[in-house]
Amino acid sequence: MDRSVTGRIGTTLPKLDVPIQSDPPKELLRESLAMPELSESEIVRYLTQISTFNFSIDHNFYPLGSCTMKYNPKVNDDIAAFPGFSEIHPLQEEHTVQGALKLMHHLQNILAEITGMAGTSLAPMAGAEGELAGMLMTRAYHHANGDKKRTKILVPDSAHGTNPASAVMAGFEVISLNTDTNGNTDIEGLKYVLSDDIAGFMLTQPSTLGLFDTNILDVVNMVRDAGGIIYGDGANLNALLGKLKPGQLGFDILHSNLHKTFTQPHGGGGPGAGAVMVSERILPFLPTPVVNREAGKSNSEFFSFISPEKTIGRMGAFHGNFGALVRAYAYIRILGKQGVPKVSEDAVINANYIRSQLKGVFDLPYDRTCMHEVVFSARNLKHDNGITALDISKRLIDYGIHPPTMYFPLIVEEALMIEPTETESKETIDEFIDIMKTIAQEAADEPALLKEAPHNTPNTRLDEALAAREPDLRWNK
Amino acid sequence: MTADHNTDLKFSSPYTPNTENDRAEMLKAIGVNTVDDLFEDIPTSYLNPELEIPDAISEMELVKEMEALAKLNAVPGEYSSFLGSGAYRHFIPSIVNRLAFRSEFMTCYTPYQPEVSQGTLQAHFEFQSMVCQLTGMDVANSGMYDGSTALSEATLMACRVTKKNAINVTHSVSPHYREVLKTFLEAPGIKIESGKDEDISPNESHACLIVQQPNYFGYFEDLTKLSDEIHNVGGLLIVVTDPISLGMYKPPADYGADIVVAEGQSLGISPSFGGPYVGLFACKQEYIRQMPGRIVGRTKDTNGDTGYVLTLQTREQHIRRDRATSNICTSVGLIALMATIYMISQGKQGLKHIANLCYQKAHYAASKINEIDGYTVNTDKPFFREFVVSCPIQPSEINKRLLNKKIIGGIDVSSQSKNGMLICVTETNSRDEIDLLVTALREIRAVN
Repeated sequence: MDRSVTGRIGTTLPKLDVPIQSDPPKELLRESLAMPELSESEIVRYLTQISTFNFSIDHNFYPLGSCTMKYNPKVNDDIAAFPGFSEIHPLQEEHTVQGALKLMHHLQNILAEITGMAGTSLAPMAGAEGELAGMLMTRAYHHANGDKKRTKILVPDSAHGTNPASAVMAGFEVISLNTDTNGNTDIEGLKYVLSDDIAGFMLTQPSTLGLFDTNILDVVNMVRDAGGIIYGDGANLNALLGKLKPGQLGFDILHSNLHKTFTQPHGGGGPGAGAVMVSERILPFLPTPVVNREAGKSNSEFFSFISPEKTIGRMGAFHGNFGALVRAYAYIRILGKQGVPKVSEDAVINANYIRSQLKGVFDLPYDRTCMHEVVFSARNLKHDNGITALDISKRLIDYGIHPPTMYFPLIVEEALMIEPTETESKETIDEFIDIMKTIAQEAADEPALLKEAPHNTPNTRLDEALAAREPDLRWNK
Repeated sequence: MTADHNTDLKFSSPYTPNTENDRAEMLKAIGVNTVDDLFEDIPTSYLNPELEIPDAISEMELVKEMEALAKLNAVPGEYSSFLGSGAYRHFIPSIVNRLAFRSEFMTCYTPYQPEVSQGTLQAHFEFQSMVCQLTGMDVANSGMYDGSTALSEATLMACRVTKKNAINVTHSVSPHYREVLKTFLEAPGIKIESGKDEDISPNESHACLIVQQPNYFGYFEDLTKLSDEIHNVGGLLIVVTDPISLGMYKPPADYGADIVVAEGQSLGISPSFGGPYVGLFACKQEYIRQMPGRIVGRTKDTNGDTGYVLTLQTREQHIRRDRATSNICTSVGLIALMATIYMISQGKQGLKHIANLCYQKAHYAASKINEIDGYTVNTDKPFFREFVVSCPIQPSEINKRLLNKKIIGGIDVSSQSKNGMLICVTETNSRDEIDLLVTALREIRAVN
């Protein structure tokens, strides 16, 4: 912090209201502590100023595939900040936190109902932790059956990087599975690899191509018949709310990113929450704790934490990211059974509308009805004008739009993965479509405009190679 | 105008702007007749299942309902509270939430696109820098989910660095953290050995020794001795620390720590029933490429101006997939920002002052409790803001009676220490609160 001036202070110092106690042992004390010295007004101005260097969902459209950057209702933040929620300590005795436990219990039930599963644990603190919980449950399930030879997990080549990474953390070997030319699971490939050493299949549905696998019933049946577990990555759950319950298809485990589908604000990279929902046969393995309800006489009820019989254990020090759970619950209650299906319907309409309007402008590697997101390829512009997905993304910034997810999924060359979400109006989507067409035209007419983009940001393109070659990760002492 | 919640088509929410007219126009442009034509890939018999969740309600009704739920909780602040054990009540200056809750910080995405994320990136660079200053370590990442997962990841990292697959952990490390370690280490086949502080004897098989300073019970360990022991057998020293204590106490680096982790919640984050929090993670420079989590680096743009980016990303899952150092993706960016604001605002003077207030008040409380017949405070080792009291009766019984006096007592640690209660005192506990606790404890003793 190069702004510090010796002697400045950014806070008020409370008085000591007890008699001075004997000194701590000298050998335990530190000699110096170099920390910032700034006044409160300087701190506020500094942070407010740098905040304006960010794009955010309250200012900008984020067509960011698989990230579900939807609007975050403000009432949720107010409710999470109620002292009755924000000030309670995780280790208070259960009878003093019945309100918090009741909320968690309701949320468990609602998430199980929406996904068609038998039970929920809210313990995982992010999507990737939900995946890890899912993989550990898969392992525990097979081990409980005395089956230790299932050491491999199938992961499609279109999957998020977290999938293989989570499987490995749970001690599995990853077998990558090809996607067929229609964007579905390659059934022949699946047949070939299925055997009694396969523990399960990590399936993102709809896939990261934004497509619903039309082979889904065959895939589920084949894996289950071979003794495997179907693990659903719920990153794309925003396409399915009220339209399909993965549990009814035969999924055994599904995680949900509450910071995507259920509006916990993204916060510049979290916090999230990664609730896991499971089928009957996986219930005993859920991560601890789970909230249980006991009904007593005359409408009384008591909520308590329980540990499932064969739990895979704790995912964090306490009970999950409660603040995110409060927000998710508030969001679902406002929408209710009437509003929940409309979320996915409008998300899917918006994505298909973009698909229909930009088809022909950009390549569409899988030309079929998509779900909540659509994956284009900029290979035509690359071929014609030397313009890449990166250039298009950076040029979008000049128009006030956050870049789409790019170069993912890995199986699509120059991928531009676009997820508009249901919270955007037709006007916003139309404007986006016009801008994308303009950029495609600019690529032909004035490619330098794209190559040098963005033009109006605090920084032009940054040298990431330099950052990695000569790591400069902190200010000096 | 009445909202007809029984007719799905007429229902509209403030979060979905498309009107029926918009939908019709868009469906026409797409070239389909109905919304469900777009869901044609879903097997028909599974489409549009019954959904048994509550009806939609208004914001006003929701707020009322949630206020009623919140009222069912006993709230520290209204009650005086002496709970610690990994989650602490410290005063949070207004600027923490006022700044962090700005839309630009709260509703932005992970900073993969640096040109539109300089605010988040620069704040996280400050965070990394200050975590290094506090812990004395060379480098830090921009945060893990919480202290317990930071520890689990640190342990996995120590196993990668040393290529060993057994670890040693002292019993005075938080039991919650040791449970999380079990979850993370069992599947990859890493053996956990643990023992009481005095019995700990690391050997060549151990990738690391894990020590908590101050420990779970609030006391200081002989880190110099333990550091030598693990280093002599080629393992790493992992220290779980507390950032508030570091305002006055020696940083773990001074004892030779290789990796330092901590729960960052006490740096301006509400207890919020256990989360979201932020795990601090720092290590020596030489292990940087084995670190989990996101790291922000300072670099130059094409004009030669300074800017910030996520860096060393080849460690991470979105690049390295099954060979990544961790599966972590979405972490706790906003909470790290809140801790950043807290650390900047407390600064050099404030952090030391808060640590001293905690020390003085905890020692005042301990000496007063120790004066009561039947209560004995463990003073074998120096302590910071938590200490163990041996009570005349079951701590659970004492806590029940304290609650009637609007006091939330300490954690019952009778399973580890006979009739032990772990009491935490921070700067938020006034002298009056402490004196009332002392009086109440005396009365509870007298009743028996």
